[in-house]
Amino acid sequence: MAVKNSKTVAIVGNEAVAEAMRQINPDVVAAYPITPQTDIVQAFSAIAADGLVDTELVNVESEHSAMSACIGAASSGARVMTATCSQGLGLMWELLYIASGLRLPIVMPNVNRTMSAPINIHCDHSDSMGARDSGWIQLFSENAQEAYDNIIQAVRISEHPDVYLPVMVLMDGFIISHAVDRMDMIEDEKVKNFAGERSAPFTMLDPNNPACVGAFDTLHGYFFEFKRQQEEAMANALPVIKNVANEFEKISGRSYGLFETLGMEDAEFAVIAQGSGAGTIRHQIECLRSNGIRAGMIKLRSFRPFPAEELIEALSGVKTVAVFDRSTTFAGGMGGPVFNELRSSFYEQENKPLMVNYVYGLGGRDLSVELVKKAMEEILAMNSSGKAEQKINYLGLRE
Amino acid sequence: MSWDISKINEWSWKEHPTGAVIKDTGNSRKVKTGGWRSLRPIHDEEKCNNCFICFVFCPEACISFANDEFAGIDYDYCKGCGICAEECPQDAFEMISEIEAQSKEK
Repeated sequence: MAVKNSKTVAIVGNEAVAEAMRQINPDVVAAYPITPQTDIVQAFSAIAADGLVDTELVNVESEHSAMSACIGAASSGARVMTATCSQGLGLMWELLYIASGLRLPIVMPNVNRTMSAPINIHCDHSDSMGARDSGWIQLFSENAQEAYDNIIQAVRISEHPDVYLPVMVLMDGFIISHAVDRMDMIEDEKVKNFAGERSAPFTMLDPNNPACVGAFDTLHGYFFEFKRQQEEAMANALPVIKNVANEFEKISGRSYGLFETLGMEDAEFAVIAQGSGAGTIRHQIECLRSNGIRAGMIKLRSFRPFPAEELIEALSGVKTVAVFDRSTTFAGGMGGPVFNELRSSFYEQENKPLMVNYVYGLGGRDLSVELVKKAMEEILAMNSSGKAEQKINYLGLRE
Repeated sequence: MSWDISKINEWSWKEHPTGAVIKDTGNSRKVKTGGWRSLRPIHDEEKCNNCFICFVFCPEACISFANDEFAGIDYDYCKGCGICAEECPQDAFEMISEIEAQSKEK
């Protein structure tokens, strides 16, 4: 769909996110700096200081306090955002579950950086993957454009009455956050209208309609029932993510779904990846396809909720699936989280593809074109032999 | 109070309010926390001089006075914390075993 955009800009991912935040104009932002997320809050602080937003910017003393302030503000009915990564996300830990348990719509870019030790500030997905069971929606971005677009859509997904869950927008540290990218920005007015006003089911600041938030649930209480509701809300998010994407296409001209496909209509084997690595992989898939090799690719956007049924359908025609994971589960040779969940999704299927895992890029190890080429050759060989010599492969590791 | 929670223990997970929010006031009185009690305070009228100290210190506001005189303990909500017994200058409260007290009542 062709949509006239107000401007095309050269921008780093972090500033792109700060611009999306300016256009959304949240009521409260509480955040603490951590590399490589710092520039988001730094840029947004300048925006707030210039009076371009009405946001109450809370400079807290830690990520634990940042999420605590966000939870308080969101309970009062405010539209709330923060940003973090890595150890900062780790320090937020107990609050992540409180935000999702209280069903508070909070939008948080997480600039994917690995977890120490050894200390390393570079990209992999182990920070957000650690939080995969915390009840947050998790959307991956491939580049600055997708990070910007995901932030704007996240507001609507998070605040949808069928969902009411916090959303993490994931973007690869440095590769997306600090690299200058070409991006189309949507007009301020269009974003403002798209985001709309937050409609809250309750507010703690209305004396005529008082509400108690965060009450104690005793041993004989209803905790189990509330957790079951959260699972339902996450399932509800699947259609909501698609519907919000359809609406977003009308103002942006850009199409999104639960995942993006390339060549899946005739693919014999497929690669699944998320984040910036998908760009390098796509290039190789296109090279293979131009040589008449029926390769396909799925770029996973929504990891939480995990679109199992949709993925099974998209992969129904392939013989081999190679899952690229930028983190591992430390389960003792079980591979990465996306591999595990996809394999589990196929359990009931009669026709299961051969599935292999490529763990790559830990601590920022570069996913070069040569490495992807090497992996593709291996996958091609597996596809023709129907056998995988090694189920879990560490791509780019010095053996 | 508009919110009827009399059969809340039978509610399906679909019926509970989103995010465990309680949109009603004063409903804590529907939860009789006296059931938490392992020790029961017993008041001794002979020793009591109606100084009101127990009334002031009781964290659950379970102790009532009428016409400036001690009028009783609300065992529906008394958690048996023993603060009344600890604070009483006249030593007018005795903390006894709740299980034993209940078995004697039967």
